[in-house]
Amino acid sequence: MRTTRVLGQVAALAATALLAFPGAAAADDGEDPKDDAAPTEAGTSFRTATAIRPDQEATAEASTGDYLYWAFPVDAGQRATVHATVKLPDAAARHAASTWQVDVYDGLRRRQACRLGTPKRQAARDAGSVSLSCTLRTVRAWSEQWANDPLPGTYYLRLTVTDLKADDLGLPVRADAKVTTTDAGGAQAVDGALGEPLVPGAGSDRQKPAAATEPEDGWASGWWSSRWLWTAGGGVLAALAGVGGYALTRGSGRPARVPQGL
Amino acid sequence: MITRQRPAAWVIALLAALTAGLVTAGPAAADDDDEPEQPSPKVELVLDVSGSMRARDIDGKSRMAAAKQAFNEVLDATPDEVALGIRTLGANYRGDDRKTGCKDTELLYPVERLDKAGRTDAKTAVATLAPTGWTPIGPTLLKAADDLTDDTAGRSRRIVLISDGEDTCQPLDPCVVAREISAKGIHLTIDTLGLVPDAKTRDQLSCIAEATGGTYTSIRHTDELAGRVKQLVDRAADPVVTPVEAKGAAECTDAPRLKSGLYTDREEFGEHRWYRVDVPEGKELRASVSVSADRAVHQDYGVLLRAETPNGREIVRGQESGDGRTDVISTGLRYPRPEADDMSEDDKYGATETVCLRVSNSFSAPASVKKTPGLPVELAVDLVDSPDEASDVASFGLGHGWWLLGLLVLVGFLAGLVWGWLSRWRFAVWRTN
Repeated sequence: MRTTRVLGQVAALAATALLAFPGAAAADDGEDPKDDAAPTEAGTSFRTATAIRPDQEATAEASTGDYLYWAFPVDAGQRATVHATVKLPDAAARHAASTWQVDVYDGLRRRQACRLGTPKRQAARDAGSVSLSCTLRTVRAWSEQWANDPLPGTYYLRLTVTDLKADDLGLPVRADAKVTTTDAGGAQAVDGALGEPLVPGAGSDRQKPAAATEPEDGWASGWWSSRWLWTAGGGVLAALAGVGGYALTRGSGRPARVPQGL
Repeated sequence: MITRQRPAAWVIALLAALTAGLVTAGPAAADDDDEPEQPSPKVELVLDVSGSMRARDIDGKSRMAAAKQAFNEVLDATPDEVALGIRTLGANYRGDDRKTGCKDTELLYPVERLDKAGRTDAKTAVATLAPTGWTPIGPTLLKAADDLTDDTAGRSRRIVLISDGEDTCQPLDPCVVAREISAKGIHLTIDTLGLVPDAKTRDQLSCIAEATGGTYTSIRHTDELAGRVKQLVDRAADPVVTPVEAKGAAECTDAPRLKSGLYTDREEFGEHRWYRVDVPEGKELRASVSVSADRAVHQDYGVLLRAETPNGREIVRGQESGDGRTDVISTGLRYPRPEADDMSEDDKYGATETVCLRVSNSFSAPASVKKTPGLPVELAVDLVDSPDEASDVASFGLGHGWWLLGLLVLVGFLAGLVWGWLSRWRFAVWRTN
């Protein structure tokens, strides 16, 4: 009894060893264990953007006037919201109000519109911090090449000050950035799929930038949506209704006029 | 019981060790053969040692003392893979002769990887500095760029300029110098730090930073200085894809043929630049372009990226416009080519179609701003598998929602009724016969 339990443990451990190996082998795809820690730096251009995951609280120390870039993955059917907070420099050191702004760009560096949120806000001279947010349109699995619709892939968040008295340039600030995503549901599911998500450098292995992230469980294959459930459920209900309708025409049991023995 | 359990425990321990070994060995082995060797980044710290560094206004200490303290901390924290050098400006010449004063720049510590002895040597060298002479920023930047230049492509290079006053060696404008250095295509970024800067110093240093895609910081405390320089040196150590130079042509017929990759170029105000990409069938062309505003420009600007056939038919375009303060304006486009058998007759250009890409910008600048070299352009070209053409707006043509359910139930019910009546009618007909 005891031996079998021990043997069971051994088998479980062996299985762990076998499972752990592919996991370790996959680590060279850029998924470092230390990536789980929230980044404390931000990039300064599209090329150097710091990769963050949804729900990660990224922080960065910077100077007023810097352009801070983060990159994050958004998959089809998701609605992403970016939140950024800037802790402004000491009010005593500042001379005037400043205006801060977040911009979101897709994997092709096309600017994306904000459906909701406050992507641009003025901070008063004595304000301690300023919070910005931007909710993107629902990411579609496919769109026509002439459209600017958001597609699955890497998105860039750029945070900067847009209006500033020159005296306040270069003062130290602290920025927080966070991306949250919600599922838009099957109502937004569209047909078609991209050959590859819009990740910069997807076509060549060598040129892949550091910020080429992907969602935690990989990119969605795009075939599943709740539309399958609706349609199948509808089919079942239609069949039931059909049986009901049929039964209605027959009344309960056999017709009264049918003679016995038929 | 216990004696029988022991060997099993050993087996567990052995397996656990094996697992751990495999887990740690896996990524290490992968690092060796998978990662292409990134050339070590080069950083040069350029320190102003002019007379004004004597001013005691950083946390009650002199600017020089603050800089020395920061350098000590930075030299300790520099990552091993970074080759670091130190250059001074205005450290040696005390006299009044402008010509000599403006040549006063010295490579205090050569650009090399720091071992333990190296760090000590560098610190000793910094400790000997005393605030002395002029502020020849322009000439120093030129020399510093020479220090960092070598034949290795794809190396990231960074100059960190720490100064407390504006350049005293006009007419060589350090801002123009910085832009020219940046246009050499050696991936050099200049970050500037102003120590308790006045308005003129700030404008000049921020202009230098802007011209090379660097950052400007104004420093009022010692810890700010050390923290920021450390951050900049660490940034240099981050691996990054370095673009390749591609010189766009004025016509598509002379344009360079680009493959997947990242390219840089320079484009003047209102100039058009052409590039060519060969797109095989079943592949999708993805192109993004960003044009940087590396100098003072008017407040409204834009960029247009057009994909055309060689005979000038526009296939698709990406366009963006903006206003206000910005580092870059960017846009992109994609052009999927279907597989050969799906193509209509008009679409057939052979197995590989040449697509001409045109980059144009609508930046403009006041007359006082120099127009050359052009604005930095970054062009990313990617060829990936083409997508499936969508046959329906909805996912696989499936339905969704209560109206769909209602309709299906209604139709099912009606069908049931009709079927019921039909079978009753058939039964009645059969019975009469």
